[in-house]
Amino acid sequence: MSHFELDARRMLCPMPVIKTQNKVKELSDGDILAVVCTDPGALSDIPAWARINGHTVLGHEENEDELTITVRVGG
Amino acid sequence: MTKKHKAIALISGGLDSLLAVRVLQEQGIEVEGINFYTGFCVEGHTHAIRNSDKDKQKRNNALWAAEQLGIKLHIVDVIEEYKDVLLNPKHGYGANMNPCLDCKIFMVSKAVEWVKEHHKDGFDFIITGEVIGQRPMSQRKETMPIVAGESGADDILLRPLCAKNLPETKPELEGWVDREKLYDFHGRNRKPQMALAKQFGFTDYASPAGGCCFLTDKNYSDKLVDLWEGRGSREYEMDDIMLLKVGRHLRPKPEFKMIIARDAGESKYLEGYRKQFVTIQVVSHNGPLSMIDGKIQAEDYELAAGIVARYGQGRDAEEVKVEVSVPGEEVQTINIKPLAIEQVLEEWHV
Ligand code: SF4
Repeated sequence: MSHFELDARRMLCPMPVIKTQNKVKELSDGDILAVVCTDPGALSDIPAWARINGHTVLGHEENEDELTITVRVGG
Repeated sequence: MTKKHKAIALISGGLDSLLAVRVLQEQGIEVEGINFYTGFCVEGHTHAIRNSDKDKQKRNNALWAAEQLGIKLHIVDVIEEYKDVLLNPKHGYGANMNPCLDCKIFMVSKAVEWVKEHHKDGFDFIITGEVIGQRPMSQRKETMPIVAGESGADDILLRPLCAKNLPETKPELEGWVDREKLYDFHGRNRKPQMALAKQFGFTDYASPAGGCCFLTDKNYSDKLVDLWEGRGSREYEMDDIMLLKVGRHLRPKPEFKMIIARDAGESKYLEGYRKQFVTIQVVSHNGPLSMIDGKIQAEDYELAAGIVARYGQGRDAEEVKVEVSVPGEEVQTINIKPLAIEQVLEEWHV
């Protein structure tokens, strides 16, 4: 299990979702990906994407204008 | 054991693709969705930027549709490839800059590529929510075979909602799908779709009025054409597409355009472009940030500053202080009287 970070700052939805999806394809089950974004829309889109495709959102943190969403690859 | 045949569905997020998938699921067919992001898709961008829209629901309709259907969804970034579709549509444009028929052909051809790549996983055919006569440009009786033929999909393209009005496709001929349980919808009447939605228990689905993207919007198309004319070239980047959705756009001279934020959210968004573009802002009073697209000469700074000042709280002041910041140069300060309303000419508005 490894940790990864994805910079999706200043990207507007659905780009953060697309970048997350493409990054997750390179990872293995159990890996953790922290997606850092600025579009609040990602807060509904990334969890929806994760539910559909069988990944788990572990949580999210907001500070100032940034939002970090943590996803575990696989269930 | 007979082989299971799976379908990939073009998902726009609208009702028709939702129904098309469910119709096949009812026959026990496994479906996954594919959604193409051209950069022009109607999604939550402006909500993310504008203050006033912050409370509006921000959901991605394609993801929402996939979740309702319980299917996987693959979102594909086609921004670069789509440029050729938009700039050189063989079949022309619709009422605005929307190249709908070429767009459909392009998307189905991308789905054909996907099926080839995923054939080993059991994917054999493509479905769309197209309905004959639904849209004046891209969904007509004559365009159905054009989409199937020019995309290279031919007989592996099935439209479950109007299949009974079309020649049999491979999934029907081979018995993977029961044609009897498909539909014969046609025309602009949406009642049959709504009845079917009710039968399947779908509520709260998206129903965009014009189409699935900003190119069907007259205002947006006008701005796009103005951008190309201003530059003397039809090149565009992702940032250009986004910026056309932000602020009010004024072109006081052919060689430059001003993008003036309409609220704090837009000002903040434009802030991110300070390093790339000339920006102008009133500093003695509250006022919006403005960004210059194109080439502005130093002698036009006053004109631009006067315009920006018109949209700030100092609009009625005798004089306001304005900062002009050119990337890589020291910030310049100008004192200026804001333009009067009648001095901001109607024809400058893009
Ligand atoms: S509305 Fe836009 S996305 Fe939809 S078919 Fe037309 S050009 Fe393509």
